[in-house]
Amino acid sequence: MAASVVTITSGKGGVGKTTTSANLAVALAEDGFKVVCIDGDIGLRNLDVVLGLENRIVYDLVDVVENRCRIRQAMIRDKRLEELYLIPAAQTRDKSAISPSDMVRVCDELRNEVDYIIIDSPAGIERGFRNTIAPADLILVVTNPEVSAVRDADRIIGLVEAEEKGPAKLIINRVNPGLTKRGDMLTPEDVVELLAIELIGVIPDDENVVISTNRGQPIALDPKSKTGQAFKNISKRIQGQSVPFMQLDEKGDFLAKVAGLFRQGGD
Amino acid sequence: MAAWGRSNRQSADEAKERLKLVLIHDRTDLSEDELSIMKNELLAVISRHVEIDPEMVKISMSHDGREQKLTADIPLKTARRRKIG
Repeated sequence: MAASVVTITSGKGGVGKTTTSANLAVALAEDGFKVVCIDGDIGLRNLDVVLGLENRIVYDLVDVVENRCRIRQAMIRDKRLEELYLIPAAQTRDKSAISPSDMVRVCDELRNEVDYIIIDSPAGIERGFRNTIAPADLILVVTNPEVSAVRDADRIIGLVEAEEKGPAKLIINRVNPGLTKRGDMLTPEDVVELLAIELIGVIPDDENVVISTNRGQPIALDPKSKTGQAFKNISKRIQGQSVPFMQLDEKGDFLAKVAGLFRQGGD
Repeated sequence: MAAWGRSNRQSADEAKERLKLVLIHDRTDLSEDELSIMKNELLAVISRHVEIDPEMVKISMSHDGREQKLTADIPLKTARRRKIG
């Protein structure tokens, strides 16, 4: 099977791109797929610490592009999941060290070796963003239910369309069910209506994500975590499975399946 | 809808309304002022050919999915209503 390239992007920084990339990579690897994640944020390396692999870096993406090593040598194998690998970003270079065609070439080389390539995009709409969407088969836009994040997501979705890489799919991260219920946070339905693209996942606001990130253990590794389950559901949808969206209560726990998430009005 | 709570909505409603307007202008690169200038120019051109009542004209921005549309509703004064001579 030739790999699918999935790029995680957002426009605005700090909405949870890297956390999402790490957890989707973990969830796909847990399902038995061979997964390589690539940190596309040259100069601001992050995916390694979120995955807990920061101490094992020898070569990075720029070393691969500039032929200082073979691609295999830059792939760090995960400690926990046999089939999960990371190609880290260079820390001492900037975005201009890599071009969109370099990214396409690296991904093409990996396509016959693995099942999924997950690319973590940098914030912004400049070179780094263009590098990471160039090889993508599927683009996932991460946003939060806040005005600034939604506005930037809309801009990114438009750019993805203009590059003929669409339609992008939407992940709404950090949904706070208590605030939502009070009418003080945009609902997932509101965000979907505003952005007018297909929703692929809703992730609750969960302090355990902070704790798991502190430890370098993505929350999708925790079999009891509901937030981990939300990431696993996205991974299943990436695989083409139809997984119902879950309803959250005020503590962020799932209550029941939501049949009509996209339905407008009452039910 | 029961799922996420729809009753007693406050700041979220405001956020949504503000975003709706901002996104229209972001997507079209057209400000409220520019829209108004364009509307007047359109009316001037149309008035040269047919008789219209400027008060009845509605020109607004709407969207179908991610596609933005400029919708114009321009009632024409028909011959029946026009004065003879």
